[in-house]
Amino acid sequence: MVNMAVDLGGLMLRTPVATASGTFGYGYEFGDLVDYSKLGAVTVKGVRMSEWPGNAMLRHAEVPGGLVNAIGLQGKGVKHFLSVDLFLYSRIPDPPPVIVNIWGGSEDEYAETAAAIEAANKPLIGAIEMNVSCPNVKAGGHTFGQDPEVLHSVVAKVRRATKLPLIVKLAPNVPAIAPYAQACEAAGADALSLINTIPAMVIDIVRRVPVLGNRTGGLSGRCVHPVAVKLVYDAHRATKLPILAMGGVYEAKDAIELMLAGATAVAIGTATFSDPGTAARVCDGIAAYCERQGFASVSQLTGALCES
Amino acid sequence: MKYNEHARVVENREFAAGYRFLTVEAPRQAAEMVPGQFVHVRIPTLEPSALRRPFSVFDAEDGKVTVLYKSVGRGTQALSRVAVGEYVDIEGPLGRGFPVKCEGTALLVGGGFGVAPLHFLAKKLPKRILFVGGRTQSDLLALDKFASLGVECKVSTNDGSAGYKGFVVGPLDETIAELEAKGEKFELFTCGPDGLLKAVTERALAHGVPGWISVDRHMICGMGACFACIQKTVRGNSRCCIEGPVFKAEELVW
Repeated sequence: MVNMAVDLGGLMLRTPVATASGTFGYGYEFGDLVDYSKLGAVTVKGVRMSEWPGNAMLRHAEVPGGLVNAIGLQGKGVKHFLSVDLFLYSRIPDPPPVIVNIWGGSEDEYAETAAAIEAANKPLIGAIEMNVSCPNVKAGGHTFGQDPEVLHSVVAKVRRATKLPLIVKLAPNVPAIAPYAQACEAAGADALSLINTIPAMVIDIVRRVPVLGNRTGGLSGRCVHPVAVKLVYDAHRATKLPILAMGGVYEAKDAIELMLAGATAVAIGTATFSDPGTAARVCDGIAAYCERQGFASVSQLTGALCES
Repeated sequence: MKYNEHARVVENREFAAGYRFLTVEAPRQAAEMVPGQFVHVRIPTLEPSALRRPFSVFDAEDGKVTVLYKSVGRGTQALSRVAVGEYVDIEGPLGRGFPVKCEGTALLVGGGFGVAPLHFLAKKLPKRILFVGGRTQSDLLALDKFASLGVECKVSTNDGSAGYKGFVVGPLDETIAELEAKGEKFELFTCGPDGLLKAVTERALAHGVPGWISVDRHMICGMGACFACIQKTVRGNSRCCIEGPVFKAEELVW
């Protein structure tokens, strides 16, 4: 039996497989179709203090090997999440801990949202993931993730607002990931998650208009996987922070690559849409790989790349 | 309860130019399916990472689920190449369907392949009239299926090639006037293009009768998780996959 438990910056996961924010609702929507025993954590859709309507339709376009989305972080705010969504999630048998993804229009809103989650003192909430890298909302998100000093400042502010394990989700579209990873570490983050979607655009050539209501969106899916592997590799070498890696994980092989590059755990995102059983399949595949390769614990895979 | 069934294809045939029936063996979904609900189909002739495609249910009985689709885009063209005897993964039953009761006559108003859920609904209601419209005669779909259920069909075409010449709301308004003159009750049920849905919404509100409007939107997850399939309602941006696809007329903001 392979020990599948991992420690993601103080958040103990029973398996190294989680769900990625924005692809798994508030954790319960796929309830009938998912084996939660194979999930180490569930990352919920981004929440902020107040309700937010999201972007105009259309909100997505399928492209070869991937998906471009511009949902725009629609949500009812943190109070609704804590009272309604978290309750619905709690009815799932033996649910894994929740990583609450947060975002805001200002540093203060990030901190207020984190403080509200902390104050609610819900045992099911295991960690906070800061979204500083959503390409689809002008007011917040992305702007905080494009300058290491700005990033340091907002992470430090949220750090003061919560004792929960704090994960920072980084943008892939930066010249180098190291200064951002190091800024998070210096500001007191417990872990990193990467990658968020890659800014992208799709055009309707018949009508000569952008397909998405928001004009541009974020690319995810199978095609972004090698980008994620490279950025996880770079971030792992730049900091000591554990990494939750996401980006085109469809099979165990994809997850194992990310772990060998330096990830402590992986998250399934877009793949859940075509196959809600992806997380369970990936979890089983990682365990089988460890057995074949002689790893007693899945945590031994992290950064176990053989390099000359 | 939602299921993901690995379902054997027992029918995948073109019944009109570009329009096809797909029937699969999905007993758990067939048993629980409500008219107006949909299924989310993973198309085995596309790459495994391709998104699923949502389809309204045309019929569900004897352990089988039938959808009506138009072979038009990359997904539906690939679906048309799936052979009888092959398997597709289908998720369902999904979404909020039509009520399967109606005070008085059910006026079913369909446009294009929007007739699909109305067929399944017609099987469950005793007293109903179908109003169906299209540009020309070949746009009128599956009328034989409605006829064999004993449904009265009021047909209209823009070019006059079949039935009433003009839009589907012409015969609808006549029937509404007749029913109102006789003091008979009725409800409106519709599925089709947004223009038609809007017209039926307005009539439900104007005549003060229940209107059940099935809204068709591009979807990703089909489960309420991703927030891609939005329709504006009195509650804000609502998800068609879980708060719909069937909305009450008074909920919708057009």
